[in-house]
Amino acid sequence: MDSTLNKLLSDFPILDQKVNDERLVYLDNAATAQRPNQVIKALTHFYQTDNANVHRGVHTLAERATADYEAARRKVQQFINAPEPEEVIFTKGCTDGLNLVASTYGEANISAGDEIVISIMEHHSNLIPWQQLAIRKGATLKYIHLTDDGELDLDEAKQLITDKTKIVAVAHASNVMGTVNPIKELAKIAHQHGAVLVGDGAQAVPHMPVDVQDLDVDFYAFSGHKMMGPTGIGILYGKRQLLEAMSPYQYGGEMIGFVHEQEATWAELPYKFEAGTQNIAGAVGLGAAVDYLTKIGMSTVQAHEQELVNYLLPKMEAMDGVQVYGPQDPAKHTGVIAFNLENLHPHDVATALDMEGVAVRAGHHCAQPLMAYLGLTATARASLYLYNTQADADRLLVALQETKEFFNHGSRETK
Amino acid sequence: MGLEKLNNLYREVILDHSDHPHHKHALPDATHKITLKNPTCGDVINLDIELDDQDHIKDIGFTGEGCTISQSSASMMTDAVMGKSKDEALHMAKTFSDMVMGKKHPQADLDELQDAAILSNVMTFPARIKCATLSWWALQRALLKQPDDGNDSEKEE
Repeated sequence: MDSTLNKLLSDFPILDQKVNDERLVYLDNAATAQRPNQVIKALTHFYQTDNANVHRGVHTLAERATADYEAARRKVQQFINAPEPEEVIFTKGCTDGLNLVASTYGEANISAGDEIVISIMEHHSNLIPWQQLAIRKGATLKYIHLTDDGELDLDEAKQLITDKTKIVAVAHASNVMGTVNPIKELAKIAHQHGAVLVGDGAQAVPHMPVDVQDLDVDFYAFSGHKMMGPTGIGILYGKRQLLEAMSPYQYGGEMIGFVHEQEATWAELPYKFEAGTQNIAGAVGLGAAVDYLTKIGMSTVQAHEQELVNYLLPKMEAMDGVQVYGPQDPAKHTGVIAFNLENLHPHDVATALDMEGVAVRAGHHCAQPLMAYLGLTATARASLYLYNTQADADRLLVALQETKEFFNHGSRETK
Repeated sequence: MGLEKLNNLYREVILDHSDHPHHKHALPDATHKITLKNPTCGDVINLDIELDDQDHIKDIGFTGEGCTISQSSASMMTDAVMGKSKDEALHMAKTFSDMVMGKKHPQADLDELQDAAILSNVMTFPARIKCATLSWWALQRALLKQPDDGNDSEKEE
């Protein structure tokens, strides 16, 4: 790890603690990341000095709060290279953004007999909104499956996406398989058939450079808390002409133009989709997280995680009785590593690792259809971020070895 | 700390039940059947109970899959309630559920649970309490159902 990233560790006070008498090794970043002091301070500063409701006030604090909120929007716009700030909508999180698209664009554009194409590796948040839309409309939901290597089967995608397809919704990076999906290519295919491409960027935006114009996605959603921002804030990017044509998602304050007794008009973008008082401090905190990541550089973040994967993945694959899912080639694998120990339920693995101070997740990772497709009930999952080190990877490897030995009737005989 | 503390959770007897579960099979003549799932981890238990005409548990068996704790808990539960009356079994289920939540119970009640009493240590691992209670909940649900309810399936968080 180079010295710049090494210094970062001091930005994360939460990582400087012991869990079960061992130095905490936090490897549950795909669930949520930790926040640096810079984000925590931005939240405190906002509440201590600038807090007011945005847009409606004329007093000084309201002006400051509005400026902070809109500055955060422009930071995100630049971060994902969206053409205009009005195309960047604040949401509660990635799930909220995807539901927004399904409930507005989907509701208006899907009819009986139409087809929606998603992948078998989708998180439930990019699956159930489309499944329920398909049920409501009598449309068909189709799944792109995986290659033997665990990657999205692009050939099957080319077969599945036809002129009947109206929406293609796929994760940019998988929260289980550790793969990056060819979103740009899928968008191109979708557009050739007149469909829109909805990207789920929850596992991508925190870990790699993302340029929505280059990808040519029509909608793209992600969460703040996985990129070191606060919980309860997320982003939906949408192309202006699509957003303009869509009905509001929720009705109430802030999203209106003129309101009469029997009718109303809607606010301009992006406020049409931001009904009610928004998570203003959350937006400010997300802006601080964007500043933090921008200063380091997303290419640096990506390179650091790749370096760790190159170190860790082959060692896990080489361990007896350890099954790693997704591509076995580290170059094709992100810092999301799902695995199982032979003859051991992942919950037992996660508890044992926790006793060693190593935090990983165990379960179906909100991807039950994927688990069923892979013939699994659950897996353990270690997921990396920019503050993880080779020492963390070593701790995981040692803890895995000790867990294996414990359950192979090793240390339990010492009792 | 390392894994020494794990020995508190995974006592020899627990690992033994999990490696060689007792009564892990379906019953052809079950009078009460239930399937419970823990959707957060994918654990599933199918519990079959055969009550005699005195409402005593003549036979009990389970199938399904889950972690070491949930499998051994189911195995120990079937040992403990075999031959008990329906009311006794329900009382034991209540004792077990109280025990893993850290509530006090008379020693005599805990003794009734036999091996299952050893799972009281699970209360120091809050994330694993549901693993231990799933089979006891299944027992409770199955016994409280009318026999002609058929083989329905319920989801338990």
